[in-house]
Amino acid sequence: MDLVALLAIQVLYAVASLALISVGLAIIFGMMRVINLAHGEFLMLGGYAAIVATSHGVNLWIAMLVVAPIVVGLIGVVVERAIIRFLYGRMIDTMLATWGLSLFLVGLTTAIFGNTTVGISAPLGSFEIGTYRTSTYTLFVIAVAIVVLAAIFATLRWTRLGLIARGTMQNADMAAALGVNPPRVYAVTFGIGAALTGLAGAVLAPVSGVFPTIGVAYVAKSFITVIGGGAAILSGTVSASALFGAINQIATFVTTPVFGEVALLAAAIVLIRLLPQGITGRFFRRGL
Amino acid sequence: MMLDVQGLRTAYGRIPILNGISFAVGEGEFVGILGHNGMGKTTLLKALMGFLPATGGRVRLEQDDITAAEPYRRARLGLGYVPQGREIFPQLTVLDNLRMGCSKQQSGAERETIEAVLEEFPRLKRLLDRTGGALSGGEQQLLAIARCLCGKPRLVLLDEPTEGIQPSIIDEIVETLQRLRGRSGLTMILVEQNLDFIAALSQRILIIQKGTITREVQPDELHDASLVGEFIGITT
Repeated sequence: MDLVALLAIQVLYAVASLALISVGLAIIFGMMRVINLAHGEFLMLGGYAAIVATSHGVNLWIAMLVVAPIVVGLIGVVVERAIIRFLYGRMIDTMLATWGLSLFLVGLTTAIFGNTTVGISAPLGSFEIGTYRTSTYTLFVIAVAIVVLAAIFATLRWTRLGLIARGTMQNADMAAALGVNPPRVYAVTFGIGAALTGLAGAVLAPVSGVFPTIGVAYVAKSFITVIGGGAAILSGTVSASALFGAINQIATFVTTPVFGEVALLAAAIVLIRLLPQGITGRFFRRGL
Repeated sequence: MMLDVQGLRTAYGRIPILNGISFAVGEGEFVGILGHNGMGKTTLLKALMGFLPATGGRVRLEQDDITAAEPYRRARLGLGYVPQGREIFPQLTVLDNLRMGCSKQQSGAERETIEAVLEEFPRLKRLLDRTGGALSGGEQQLLAIARCLCGKPRLVLLDEPTEGIQPSIIDEIVETLQRLRGRSGLTMILVEQNLDFIAALSQRILIIQKGTITREVQPDELHDASLVGEFIGITT
């Protein structure tokens, strides 16, 4: 029974981690159709922002939950204004530009921080489940994911900002004809997507550490989750995270972490083969 | 003068479509625009809304020169646009489509505005929770007009509202627009191929040929079959 409870927590953690690292990309790709290949580097920047802030005396929680999203969100707005806005509707060009941005950010952070792993120790200690012990921080990551997803749902469903964003993404010209300024909506949406990505990078930094090329480890999983989820940003991210996270963690538990990763990738291939439009192309079609 | 257009030119790439259009619309006027397919009717409305940049000429909305203004600025200055094909937000509910129409207003006034507009479009009241994409063509057209009116425009550009619509809803649109004309002093430019519809709503009709306004006729002149055939290419 203790083992089942431990496994359940680990599965929830895997699902939460996938949802956290993917939701910013889901907003940027799902709403704006921008393939941001620098997504992994935005996660990396979130981790560095938290680490640099704590090293300058900022409280760890403020560094992770406030400083990192603000810093990466602002970087996102600058990137959107300086690069992305010239490339809307040009998917290949956007991919090339964001790939170049990713290489630039890796080089820049390597020059500043060196090619070594830096980290912050996970706070909150651990707790016992029968004869087993697990990190309390795991529960914190799960809680952050739930709060973030709930906040996105509430924003999209019940706020004017969410309505305008959804309308603009469906038909930007018509939104403009109704008085909405689409470039501003795009910049804000990209900034929010980047901020959520920065938050994820910071929250996961105590678990994974941070190094300049850590984005590579994140970006493939993020894209697999978003594409596997399909067109609906939120229900797609949640359902794909639940599916892939559970498969990854259970396979890891039964065999090894390497096989867990293989199982996740195999599941993604099977899913896309069976549901080319992703999970929400068949299920939860009316979800957000 | 509500709208003053002088020598307006625009093009798709290097292909000129409007070749120096000039006309004016007074406050409260309903002006129809007729012409063969491909003469530039829809292009004229797109240019007035700012979706096609002017390559020459000037457009003034009351005191404001809007020749180079972005579409969203024109909307905020009082231009309303109901495009051909309706362009409903298909995944938003009817209510959310109407709320999008209120985008340029203070959020506090939104509910009151929507309730007032729905009084003019009672058919939409029972459809508020349906998604825009699930409506019939006629219902979408009513929604497109209602959504535009939620922005409280001073001048509405209405592009082929009867295209593919069942007759009962066409009658409903005519009645609603006639009621609004009498009650709210709305100004409208109406592009339409349905002669009965345009005659019922317009106070005067501009004939467009090869990207220029060539003639102005009165609604009752549309019963002249030779005129209609020669200048408009539509037979009654």
